[in-house]
Amino acid sequence: MATIDVTFFLWGVAGLLIVAVAAVALGRSAVAGNLVYPATFVLSAAMLVMLALHLMSAPGAILKTTLPIGLPWIGASFRVDALSALFLGVVNFGGAMASLYGLGYGRHEDAPQRVLPFFAAFLAGMNLVVLADDAFAFLLSWEFMSLASWALVVSHHRSEASLRAGFIYLVMASFGTLSLLLAFGLLAGPAGGYGFDTIRAMAHGPLVVAIVFVLMLLGAGSKAGLVPLHVWLPLAHPAAPSHVSALMSGVMTKVAIYGFIRVVFDLLGEPAWWSSAVLIMLGGVTATLGILHALVETDLKRMLACSTIENIGVIFVSLGLALAFRSGGMELAAALAFTAALFHILNHSVFKSLLFFGAGAVINATGERDMEKLGGLIHRIPWTSFAFLTGCVAISALPPLNGFVSEWLTFQAILQSPDLPQWGLKIIVPAIGGLLALSAALAAACFVRAFGITFLGRPRSEVAGQAQEVDRFSLTAMVVLAGLCLAAGILPGFVIDGLAPVTQAFVGGSLPSQSSLPWLTIAPIAEARSSYNGLLVFLFIAIAGWGTAFTVHNLATRRIRRSAAWDCGFPDPRPLTQYSASSFAQPVRRVFGSLVFKARETVDMPPPGDLRAARLTVEVRDLAWDWIYTPISDGIVFAAVRLNRLQFLTIRQYLGLVFLALVSLLLVLALWT
Amino acid sequence: MRALLIQGLQMAVVLALAPLLTGCVRKVKARLTRRQGASVFQPYRDLIRLLRKEVVLADNASWLFRVVPYLVFASTWVAAALVPTFGGGLLFSWTADLIAIIALLGFGRFFLALAGMDIGTSFGGIGSSREMMIASLAEPAMLLTVFSLALVAGSTQLSTVAAMMSSPDVGLRVSLGMALVALIMVAIAENARIPVDNPATHLELTMVHEAMVLEYSGRHLAMIEFAASLKLVLYLSLIGCIFVPWGIAAPGAGLGDYLTGGVAYVAKIGVGAVLLAVFETSIAKMRVFRVPDFLGAALMLGLLGTLLLFVSRSL
Repeated sequence: MATIDVTFFLWGVAGLLIVAVAAVALGRSAVAGNLVYPATFVLSAAMLVMLALHLMSAPGAILKTTLPIGLPWIGASFRVDALSALFLGVVNFGGAMASLYGLGYGRHEDAPQRVLPFFAAFLAGMNLVVLADDAFAFLLSWEFMSLASWALVVSHHRSEASLRAGFIYLVMASFGTLSLLLAFGLLAGPAGGYGFDTIRAMAHGPLVVAIVFVLMLLGAGSKAGLVPLHVWLPLAHPAAPSHVSALMSGVMTKVAIYGFIRVVFDLLGEPAWWSSAVLIMLGGVTATLGILHALVETDLKRMLACSTIENIGVIFVSLGLALAFRSGGMELAAALAFTAALFHILNHSVFKSLLFFGAGAVINATGERDMEKLGGLIHRIPWTSFAFLTGCVAISALPPLNGFVSEWLTFQAILQSPDLPQWGLKIIVPAIGGLLALSAALAAACFVRAFGITFLGRPRSEVAGQAQEVDRFSLTAMVVLAGLCLAAGILPGFVIDGLAPVTQAFVGGSLPSQSSLPWLTIAPIAEARSSYNGLLVFLFIAIAGWGTAFTVHNLATRRIRRSAAWDCGFPDPRPLTQYSASSFAQPVRRVFGSLVFKARETVDMPPPGDLRAARLTVEVRDLAWDWIYTPISDGIVFAAVRLNRLQFLTIRQYLGLVFLALVSLLLVLALWT
Repeated sequence: MRALLIQGLQMAVVLALAPLLTGCVRKVKARLTRRQGASVFQPYRDLIRLLRKEVVLADNASWLFRVVPYLVFASTWVAAALVPTFGGGLLFSWTADLIAIIALLGFGRFFLALAGMDIGTSFGGIGSSREMMIASLAEPAMLLTVFSLALVAGSTQLSTVAAMMSSPDVGLRVSLGMALVALIMVAIAENARIPVDNPATHLELTMVHEAMVLEYSGRHLAMIEFAASLKLVLYLSLIGCIFVPWGIAAPGAGLGDYLTGGVAYVAKIGVGAVLLAVFETSIAKMRVFRVPDFLGAALMLGLLGTLLLFVSRSL
């Protein structure tokens, strides 16, 4: 068997870039759509095959290469280790599925020339970030990925909302890259060791470690959507076409987490214990706020984007726990927490792609993404509904699907934490455990609402009543992802074993082999401590449910009579009498609303005799805007107005200013030592 | 083989006892309000009657509406079969730990709430919305209680927790007391009991669970009512096996021990049913938006118990 080399993957990336250029050349011709998605599908699939060959032929081997491009004295280095291999898998699997979906979905695009080139370039950028092995290559690919995704966000540039989303995304992305730039500058030190090998081998002082940690939190955290850097995410992710939204939510946030893990767990050495506390707290707050925002959102795609924020929070809590356990010398617990984080990364990339594809299918079928105008789609588009339902069950962390397994592993990791030495962590962890439990329960409520309002009930608009099932390609992509949700849920042991090399390399320990346990149970620490068997739970529910139905149908009766709905004797045929998305969220708005989003409901009731309809206005605010971003932007405007005066000085005043600046700089130089 | 027999017996026992327990609670409540009350076996007759009737299905009911009753019943039954009742040593006790059992109940609730929205009536929607609001507070409270138990027993495995609880080195602990109170509050909310919800009413705007299943009839309704009874048995068995673990036969014990275990179990859930009925008669139903305060208290108790255990293992 041929050994796989990094160059193989780089050829794949080059292929994607060529596709991007070709798509530009083809422009708006109809050939472009029929060419680009198959090409990106084949390239992503080929990279997956190469990855599989590499992992089978030489497991644990680290591949490296340096290309003579970029800075002349170091070139551009690329490397594949266990972590990059995992994320290469995530990126290319997501890419392959999005391409497959795009084959059908992309045909409905009005301006394909605005999507196709950047789609391929976006995939190439994400691959490069994961492969990069020096600071320059990393930053360059990171920025390339950001810009390509920005172009996709503004691809529907005629809508005001898309433009605004694009602007905010651009500002946040630049801010993130700036933070990363500073972080790598500090890591490289005065000697300028930009290769990751050099950085890894260097000893960093505690101050540098602390600053780099914070900068990474800002840089990678803003891309991943950590609160309070999340504000761009619910605007930008839904603005792109749905298969790109799936890539941004399902995959790009994971690439951001890859960057965070690479620096904090690998290059940085040993961060102080408070950094894990910061991670855990931020993660818990992010999870709860994200899901609460998702619960009050009525736009289907924005709701999904908000729920991405929740999942990122869950992942960061596990990462923080892993960091805390690692510095406390508890390898097994660290491996458990790290496995939980990686498992959730895999899960989220699968079910979030699935849900965005489903949302795209709904938009295709109805042209509508406001839940208040949908409903009853389960009758019109049954296959999409089924796939979307699977995704909803998975993301709500319910057994026997995959979301539950990673949630369960996270809770098991939390239960390991009383042995941690630091008192601060002992107090924080149980409280954050409560927050995670709360966000898991709220996620279930959120997705009951999403599926119930969109797919169940009666159609709330004419378009919803005339929806048509989507094409075969899109359906195939959704069914494959739904199947994976089930497979990873009932056979989690194999996934955990597959993650073992990564945990071994990054936290110095790994969970005992799981797939060899009897009945494919998973028991991360010991069976007497905790165990779960998704396969048996699935079989038990299936057998008990089917057996009961069979018995009841044969021994009692199977008669059915169709009739009008009962509704306590007062059925109203108007679809508007159904519960709507905002009314479903009303109890949650009322319980958490005043605290979290300053929710206000005003009822405008006309006086007796006035025939005007009564109106209910619901106002929900994101406090991150009010408390952080509005003051900052106000400050910038204030400073700009003040500095504007400098534009209108005379030549003498300018010369005076130059002189003053020169003198003060010389003074600083003189006083420096 | 023996473990399989015990497991099968347990599945049959919870199924057989569930309607009787509901009947007992109703009978005691009736007697406390000076009514004669129906026989304790009335729930069995109700179930049989419902099973024999044809199902009246709304015109726009989807396949989900018809599948959900069986899914809810199956998931509740599987969860109830994994809680030790009269004896330990269940064959499949390692399939799902306490966290997974809670999640299984969450699975049933998820689908029941969806079914409530399937027909597109306002009653179904109001029920689903409120059920999910209550669950979103009850579930974390329950999980925090599980955390306290797991920290005391060093395991989330229910059989290990039960064995640990019956051993002498547990003793009286503040954290366990808080966990017990929190668990009881959650159990009341999850089983749609007064003061959170009223299982006996159909025509009140405050109703939650009954509003959700309003459109169900015939065998579908029978399945859902059966599942509700099973859930009550599950919670009483759970409280019994954790906080009153005496009499549960150890794995591998003789036939006599299992018989004692069975008698003790029936006595335990019987006492539980009477206490529940007394509590329900002595308190009024809360307004819906008082429920978050009630469950918030449970949540805080659970959190406090867990925090105490994080601070010191002996509290």
